[in-house]
Formats: sequence, C-alpha cells, structure tokens
Amino acid sequence: MPDPAVDDFVQLLTPDGERVQHPDFSFDGSDDVVAGYLREMILARRFDNEATALQRKGELGLWPPALGQEAAQVGSVSATRLPDYVFPSYREHAIALHLGVDPVEMLSTFRGTAMVPWTANAEGLHLYSFVIGTQTLHAVGYAMGMQRDGLVGNADPAANGATIVYFGDGATSQGDVNEAFIFAASYTAPVVFFCQNNQYAISEPIALQSKIPLYRRASGFGFPGVRVDGNDVLAVQAVTAWALERARRGKGPTLIEAYTYRMGAHTTSDDPTKYRSRDETEQWRARDPISRVQAYLLGTGAIDQAWLDAVDAESEDLAVRVRQGAVALPEPRLEEFFDHTVIDPGEVLLEQRDDYLEYEAGFADHPDTDAETHAQVQEAF
Amino acid sequence: MATMTLAKALNAGLRRALEADPKVLLAGEDIGKLGGVFRITEHLQRDFGADRVIDSPLAESGILGTAVGLALRGYRPVVEIQFDGFVYPAFDQIISQVSRLYFRSHGRLKMPIVVRIPYGGGIGAIEHHSESPEAYFAHTPGLKVVTCSNPLDAYWMIQQATASNNPIIFFEPKRRYHEKGEVDTEAEPMPLFQARVVKHGDDLTLLTYGPMVRTCVEAAIAAGEEGHDIEVIDLRSLAPLDMATVIDSVTKTGRAIVVHEAAMTLGMGAELAARLQQACFYSLQAPVLRVTGYDIPYPPSRVESAFLPDLDRVLDAVDRSMAY
Repeated sequence: MPDPAVDDFVQLLTPDGERVQHPDFSFDGSDDVVAGYLREMILARRFDNEATALQRKGELGLWPPALGQEAAQVGSVSATRLPDYVFPSYREHAIALHLGVDPVEMLSTFRGTAMVPWTANAEGLHLYSFVIGTQTLHAVGYAMGMQRDGLVGNADPAANGATIVYFGDGATSQGDVNEAFIFAASYTAPVVFFCQNNQYAISEPIALQSKIPLYRRASGFGFPGVRVDGNDVLAVQAVTAWALERARRGKGPTLIEAYTYRMGAHTTSDDPTKYRSRDETEQWRARDPISRVQAYLLGTGAIDQAWLDAVDAESEDLAVRVRQGAVALPEPRLEEFFDHTVIDPGEVLLEQRDDYLEYEAGFADHPDTDAETHAQVQEAF
Repeated sequence: MATMTLAKALNAGLRRALEADPKVLLAGEDIGKLGGVFRITEHLQRDFGADRVIDSPLAESGILGTAVGLALRGYRPVVEIQFDGFVYPAFDQIISQVSRLYFRSHGRLKMPIVVRIPYGGGIGAIEHHSESPEAYFAHTPGLKVVTCSNPLDAYWMIQQATASNNPIIFFEPKRRYHEKGEVDTEAEPMPLFQARVVKHGDDLTLLTYGPMVRTCVEAAIAAGEEGHDIEVIDLRSLAPLDMATVIDSVTKTGRAIVVHEAAMTLGMGAELAARLQQACFYSLQAPVLRVTGYDIPYPPSRVESAFLPDLDRVLDAVDRSMAY
C-alpha cells in the first residue's frame, strides 16, 4: 500500500514478521524478551475485548478500546523502569496492566463504582486523565521535580529517571500540549512525549489537526521528533529506550509519534462506520501488531503452537476473572466521597454530609414507593 | 513587631516559607530578577536560586499544569498569576486537576499548591487588570479560597497557605499592597480558615473581605458618628466559610450587609444571604443587603470609582437596613 506518511518511520519488524535494519535504531533484546512482549499484547487484547463485551452487556458505562495499539503501548512501557514515571491518557490499558494495575479494579472507573484509585498499587503510574492533553503538563512538572531531586544526568545511569507521557493525535491541537512542549524545552526537562497517532480524534482525521507529520512539530519547539511504526513493538521499544535514556542523561525532551491505528471505536459510544471506510480498516488489519510478532517468533522457533495455546489459556483465565470481577465490584456509598473532597473539610461541608446521612436514614423504615411515584409522574407528563 | 506594607509582608512571609521547607518552590511570570510586577517576590530568586524561584514561560495553564506535576513529585509550589484577569487560561488545570486530584485518587494524592492572584480594582488599570473572580473558585469543590486585607494577615496567611496540604487560591488585594500596618512576626497567628471581627458593634454586621475591609471599617466609623454601632467582619476565608463567626454576629445584630467588589449575581453575597436567612431567620430585623460591583464587566478606569463599592454606598445601605 503506498503511503507517503510512513516512508520516514522507524521500522524493525515488517508486517510479515521479517526483521529489518535501521541506520539509527536497533532492538537488541533476545527472542525470549520478544515472546514476553507477545504474551503481554495478547493478554492486553483479550482484556480489552472483554471490557468491550462487558460494556455491550450493560455492565460498564463506557469503554475506550485500545485494540490495535498494543505494540505502541507494550513496546514503549517496556523501555521504562523506576524511577521513571508514566503519565497515561485514558486508553493506555496495556501500559496499566504492564505496571501492575489490577484489571478488575481498572474497570471500576468505567463501571462507575470509583474515580481513579487503582493506580495506587502500580508504582510509577499516574492516574488516567480524561481531559485531553492535560497530563502532558503534569509530566513536565514531575520531570522538573526529578531535576531538582538530582535524578538527571548522574554518572551512574541507574540513578537517573525521566517521565513519559501518553497522548493522542487530537491532543496535539490542545494548548496544554503545546505549552508542555515549551516548558519542557525551556527547562530541558527529562520527559518523553509519546503520541499515539491512531489517525482519528473520535471522527476527526489527523489531517484536521495537522498539516505536517506530527513528529516534525518537535523541531519548531527545539527538540528531536521521531516517527516510529507504532504497530512494530521492537521499533517502538528501541526508539522509546533511546529517548528515555537521552532524557535521563539530561539532554531534554523528545517527541515520539507512534504511527498506528485505532482498530476499534473511539469508545463504545462511537460508530466508526460513519466516518471511515471498511477498506481502510482492512488495510490496517494487515499491519496488525500482534500477528507480525507471532509470525516472526514462530519462524525463528522461539515459540511454538503449544506456547501459543498456553498463552491462550492464560488469557481465557484473565477474561473469566475480569467478567466475574467486574460485576462483583463493591458498590460505593455517596458519603465516602465527602471524605476525600478536601483534606480539612470545614463545617459547611461536614454539615452537608450529616444532612445527607440524616435524610438517607429517614428512609430506613419507609416502604419503597418509587414504582408508584414513577407511574404518577408518567401520567402527569 | 515591625511596620511594613502589605506587599512587603507577603514578601517576608514567602521568604519565611522558603526558609522553613526546602520543598517550597515559587513559579510565575517575571517573579525572578524582576521580583514580580508588584515586587512581591523581590530578591527571592537572588537568595534562593532559580531552581526554587522559577521564571515561567508566559502560559498560565502551563504554570498550573507543571505545578501539579511538581506537587506529585512532593514539592509545594506557590505560583503567581500576574493579574486576576489572566487566571482564566489556567482555569481548566485549576478546576479539573488541582481541585480534584485528591478526590479522583480517593484521597491518595495531595495537591499542596498555592495560587497567588492579585485581584480587585481601584488602581486605574486597563481592562483585565481589576477583576474579582473569587466566586468561581469558591464555587468549586476541593478548593480553599482565602484573601488577606492587611499586612499582618498577609504575612501569616501566605505562610499558613503554603504549609497547608490543600490547594489554596490566595487572593491579594492589589490596591492595598502599599498600605502599612504592624506585623508581629512571632505571635501565634489565628487559624487560616477563620473569620475575624475587625470592629465590634451591636446594631448591624458588615461582612466583607480583601480590599473592602478598610472601606467597611471607614464606613463603620462614619456610621458611628450617626449613632449606628456597626460590627465589621473580615471573612478572610471564602471557602470554607467560617459561618459560626458570621452567625454569632448576625444573631446579635439582626442586620447584615455583604460588601464585595465582584459582581452581585451569584457572588459571595448571594451565598451569605442564603445561609443567613436559613440560620438567623428569627433574628433578622431586615433583609440581608448586598453592596457590590454591578453586573457588568469591569468598566474603564475613569468610572471605576462609580462602579466600586465605597464609603457612601456602604453608608447608604446601612441607612436602608437600619430604617427597615
């Protein structure tokens, strides 16, 4: 498929599963490491599909599928290690899983039983952010803090850290993202801007956001930009590892544009058939991030069918756990939320909470009259 | 005890906050070498270094967004918004992130950020430099909103705000920056979120804050010459409101007038009036009145004296309340 947009991207594994060379980047991990990526991508996809199914059954309010973006996520997060700090957007499910988030707890946000408490057990991961691009500034601020804590540019590379922040192609139009670029450049902050260009901001194509390839915008801000095949886990890992190391050594920010495709809908509320063709989606299906790794590893003999069967069984177990766990998530009570609105709530808020509790308690001895009331309201309308 | 201007008191308070905790950082536009356009941060970069007193690019959302990241890393950013009318580009970061990361994380992530905003009119400025946006922030769950009216409070409240683990919007009455007062730098200050009875009286309560406190004290003294014994309360904290102090006073006097520069509709006066009619229904001798800026954008400076509440407008309201 002729596509001038991908002419200049970094690719190390073709869609057919063939390793290729690049003059500037190489992947040095063993096939066992690659098999680890494959396993993660398969599990992440299974989790993602299960969450989509749960939404279809009415068990989640909403789900933003990451389908098709597994390589961009697994490859990049695999290049991080503590004390690096990761700032996701809201579609980074493979990243959250990689960093130790419990898959069932993750769904609490989308089932409406909680806000975003589940990053607590994932060291080095910030909350999901739902305001587009907002987290890029948080990542820069955190990176400025790391500079002040002496975690940048030390002779011992293990003592250094950086932040990596995820956002989409649509986010690059946001003021916050552009301000983040400026602050990061001005302060030489150790941050990697990782843009997953999945071609669409809901229905709006990338051409509406940018007239030049996104990675080239970095030069206008004074730091390097690299476009990588976002469906090639090896290339993504190699480019991200380079950018993170550059940041950790005190050389400043990098923009990585991972050129990929959102195979699913923006969210379960979206209908992509209204704005893109089946042909286009099929063309991208041929560039699937998982099948190419599978083909490569089967070719080298690093994995076999038994290995794939074992991962399949593991993903089935995960699906069952997620299916059962999601519906069993504890229901919250409103009064809990009064307690973590502010640290010192003050009397006005405490009185409001007490009024609510008293009001609720007043219903304890009363029969439920909802059905009768509902019928009367329907009639009145 | 020292005599200093409100501006100098803020400067001294910030200096002490920087000395007290190495995690305290200042950030904002022109706050370094220049010391801020009002010189509130004068010499602080010289004495604490550019890593702790940070000149920011001209991007208010960027200032607040990076402050969030610094707070996540364990720092305590005190950021300066150069003028009230320039806080709006940072509104999203303040409302959607600063105010509610504690909530979004179920109480795990604290946001010890102070947003300093010089506010209010009366300085003959061009547009966007005289606004009073406090109600937007007081309306937002998760934020604390405080404002000082005198050098003593300025000195202590900025230190208390910086030491607090809550996000705090700190409004500074810019037209009072150069007024002097006595500052006791040793005595234990009163709690940050507590109102102060500035002048005691039995006939009527003036509820006010920030730049209008002096105006109300002047009005109370003038009313005294006409035989009205006026109590003046400096609210100091707009969120949370110290309703106990307010209710005690209005229960005693039976009359209340709220005075602020901000527009009337849905301002602090509306909130106070609603709460007072509920809490003091049987004590009230007159409706709660409001003396405020009008519901128009801040006007050109040649007519700002007609727009802003002043001694005469407050006295007019006092007369109406007393005659009720």
